[in-house]
Amino acid sequence: MKFGIVVFPGSNCDRDMMHALQDDLKQEVVMLWHKDNDLSSFTTDDCIVLPGGFSYGDYLRCGALARFSPLMEEVIKFANKGGKVLGVCNGFQILCESGLLPGVLLLNDHQKFTCKNVYIKAATDSNFVGKNAGNTPRKIPVAHGEGRYVADAVTIEKLTANNQIVFHYCDENGEVHINSNPNGTTNNIAGICNEGRNVFGMMPHPERACSDALNNIDGRAILEAFAKMN
Amino acid sequence: MQEATLEQAVKLGLREEEFEQIKQILGRTPNFNETAMYSVMWSEHCSYKNSITQLKTLPRDGERLLVKAGEENAGLVDIGDGLGCVFKIESHNHPSAIEPFQGAATGVGGIHRDIFTMGARPIASLNSLRFGKLDNPKTKWLLKGVVKGIGHYGNCFGVPTVAGEIYFDGCYQTNPLVNAMSVGVVKAGQTVSATSHGEGNAVFIVGAATGKDGIGGASFASADITEDSVNDLPAVQVGDPFEEKKLLEACLEVIPTGALIGMQDMGAAGITCSCSEMSAKGEHGMNIHLDKVPTRQHNMQPWEMLLSESQERMLIVVKKGREAEVKKIFDKWDIHCVQIGDVTTDGRLKYFMNGELIADVPAHSLVLGGGAPVYIREYEEPKYFAQIKAFNQDTIAIPADLTAVAMELVQLPTIASKRWVYEQYDSMVGTGNTQTNEPSDAAVVRVHGSAKGIAMTTDCNSRYVYADPYKGGMIAVSEAARNIVCSGGLPVAITNCLNFGNPYNKEVYYQFVHAIRGMGDACRKLGTPVTGGNVSFYNQSSDDGPVYPTPTIGMVGVLDNLDQKMTMYFKNDGDVIYVIGQNRNDINCSEYLYNVLGVSHSPAPHFDLEEEYALQDVVLKVVREKLVNSAHDTAEGGLFVALVESAMQKNMGFEVSTDASIRKDAFLFGEAQSRVVVSVSADKAAAFEAALGNHPYSKIGTVKAGGNIRIDNADWGYIKDWKEAYDTAIEKLLNA
Repeated sequence: MKFGIVVFPGSNCDRDMMHALQDDLKQEVVMLWHKDNDLSSFTTDDCIVLPGGFSYGDYLRCGALARFSPLMEEVIKFANKGGKVLGVCNGFQILCESGLLPGVLLLNDHQKFTCKNVYIKAATDSNFVGKNAGNTPRKIPVAHGEGRYVADAVTIEKLTANNQIVFHYCDENGEVHINSNPNGTTNNIAGICNEGRNVFGMMPHPERACSDALNNIDGRAILEAFAKMN
Repeated sequence: MQEATLEQAVKLGLREEEFEQIKQILGRTPNFNETAMYSVMWSEHCSYKNSITQLKTLPRDGERLLVKAGEENAGLVDIGDGLGCVFKIESHNHPSAIEPFQGAATGVGGIHRDIFTMGARPIASLNSLRFGKLDNPKTKWLLKGVVKGIGHYGNCFGVPTVAGEIYFDGCYQTNPLVNAMSVGVVKAGQTVSATSHGEGNAVFIVGAATGKDGIGGASFASADITEDSVNDLPAVQVGDPFEEKKLLEACLEVIPTGALIGMQDMGAAGITCSCSEMSAKGEHGMNIHLDKVPTRQHNMQPWEMLLSESQERMLIVVKKGREAEVKKIFDKWDIHCVQIGDVTTDGRLKYFMNGELIADVPAHSLVLGGGAPVYIREYEEPKYFAQIKAFNQDTIAIPADLTAVAMELVQLPTIASKRWVYEQYDSMVGTGNTQTNEPSDAAVVRVHGSAKGIAMTTDCNSRYVYADPYKGGMIAVSEAARNIVCSGGLPVAITNCLNFGNPYNKEVYYQFVHAIRGMGDACRKLGTPVTGGNVSFYNQSSDDGPVYPTPTIGMVGVLDNLDQKMTMYFKNDGDVIYVIGQNRNDINCSEYLYNVLGVSHSPAPHFDLEEEYALQDVVLKVVREKLVNSAHDTAEGGLFVALVESAMQKNMGFEVSTDASIRKDAFLFGEAQSRVVVSVSADKAAAFEAALGNHPYSKIGTVKAGGNIRIDNADWGYIKDWKEAYDTAIEKLLNA
């Protein structure tokens, strides 16, 4: 299997994702340009990653313009065929804008950009990410201004009942409560997946926690889950 | 074209004798466009006319320096393994004073452009900020705006903000300082020069369209801030970090093609500056057709296009015949790339508008080192020195409750945690910043694809410089180097941002001359030459007078392997705490004396350059031999604050004893220089002490698990409470 990382104008975590997957996890990585519209070399064994950053400067709304990139049409088709897609931070926002995931990411409740280490833990083990990331609280950085996940009550209820909530923010002991919520997100939601369990979005950056040089490798298990998914 | 009048020239900021000089150069009276060009190029900001004679006294050579100071847009030092480090610091004080968000944002954007215009990819940014008192509503507005602006630009551009410093003092009330630094890495042989030559080669403008924003920004930066400054709002530029991110990627893609002769970013003085500096350097001229420049607005006048400081633009000179190749890359990134002229051999800049020649001047005559004026200013010892000399610390009684003093100190906004600020910056993008999980005195950023780390810091205690410009200048350089050494890096070079008042004020110029002398001596002694930087005069207002002289030092150091890094925090119960260096009976100029006891004038703290040199030598030795488990510089707030800062990361406590021969407030809060707090495993204590040789040190106590702090056996409470006060002080003041 291989990973394809989509580079939009304004993506700025594309290289970090490449370093994490290629250098730390020893995975095959192909960089994809947003103007190309060809995913024919990817099979549903592979994984397409939408990295973090400020695609199109986050103008209009985060992810709102990237959704119309030529390559995104192919990514949507790929996901609908059952191909795995992971969106991190801005990538999560793009997945919501493109309708591959329900809900939206709104401005943090404190109205400021926030960058720090937080803890997350798997909310479910009913998919390969939850299964691999397990119940251990993992120290993963967040870096976003618009990370507050919001959806209507029915959607939240459905996501919960259907085990589509993948990660919760928690404290270092694994407790999920208001003080471990960095942005006012609904029910401490840090990441979700679609009904088909092949499209994943998360605000925290696992690729920033994969290198021994940075003294935090809590993110590896999360990305390894995608590498080991089939 | 109609001749310009003296009145117009003066209005543009030129002096009468300068207008005469222009007439001499041209052999005629300049027209308005030409006068406008000279006014910005000969402004303090671009010409360094009042500072260059002093700057030339700084050491500007060294075996690691790959370009000489001032030769290119930024300094370039060899860090080994075929890699170069490009770095520079620059001020954006005046724009930030009236429009903090855009002022700070474009400061960040501008300094990054200086780095990637040389072919380097920026890997980290730092900033050095000065504000008035934080209980003032205007300061809160400025702080919030500046922080938001820095975050807005840096976060989107995708370069982590890894370190910085913020001081709060009344002298910066009207005129805050916003200094931004960028550090980049480039492979040897991939650098680009800011030059232009080869007749017929093509001159392109790339990046954003040109608008009326920022017109005359360089001149605006070269005048005092007054109440009317807000009317200069069009002189503030507007930034677009998304455009700059695309520009970065496109430029770094174009450079390896080898199709470029040269490249320079358009910062101060826009098209005028880039054309003249590149042409002067390459000893050629240019014909430029302004009507071809992509504009944001209709009917822009030639002088507006010549002076516009619209951001995110570059001037590139492309080898004839390779234009299509270059255009293709900029097209890929959806960036304007338009040929606006070509290179000529006559050394003149000729600007045309719809075929009509609207300006014709020798490129050389506009630039620093060419025709730009050079002034030697007079100076005299400041009168306030008498007040400083008159201070005697023996007249100060030692307060009864030193714990209460300490609690006040850790909550002073200058000392307290800047968490509220730095959490708004993306400090981790690029996965190179090792500070997040393992803090050290200087930020250590790894270089992807190599084992190396680059240590970086910005430092300047301006109150010391005010009290004693010579000593203060030495201390600023030394503290920067001390932070690098404590982190395991070998200091290699500095960039500086010299923020001073009006140079025509003789006392200000005295501060300038002597601070530079101090910096120069320290740089020579510590082996860290000056690679360049920026001078910002006119930091003064009618209300507050000149700001404290603030020569901010940005320093980089090299770790050949990241394993050489040393952190600043206590790790193990039972580790022995030492101070390397001499504790002294000195409370001069300390935060304690100034902010807690309210003494406004006192001499700079103890400092001796030889002692400092010896200290850094032994600190680097014990750090690299891993004889210590942590190393932290003693700075603002003295030894007590250094101990608390060392203890907070892992909630450790400590037990220390003071020295009976030194007044207790001086032992705890004095800011005598050249001291480093280290923690040492008990079983390495003997080897550690032996390694120090003859250098003075004292064993002051022990690290304790559990978090209790005991000083001379008295209970000073628990570290978590000190940490809580330290972490939340700025938030509390902002919300008050």
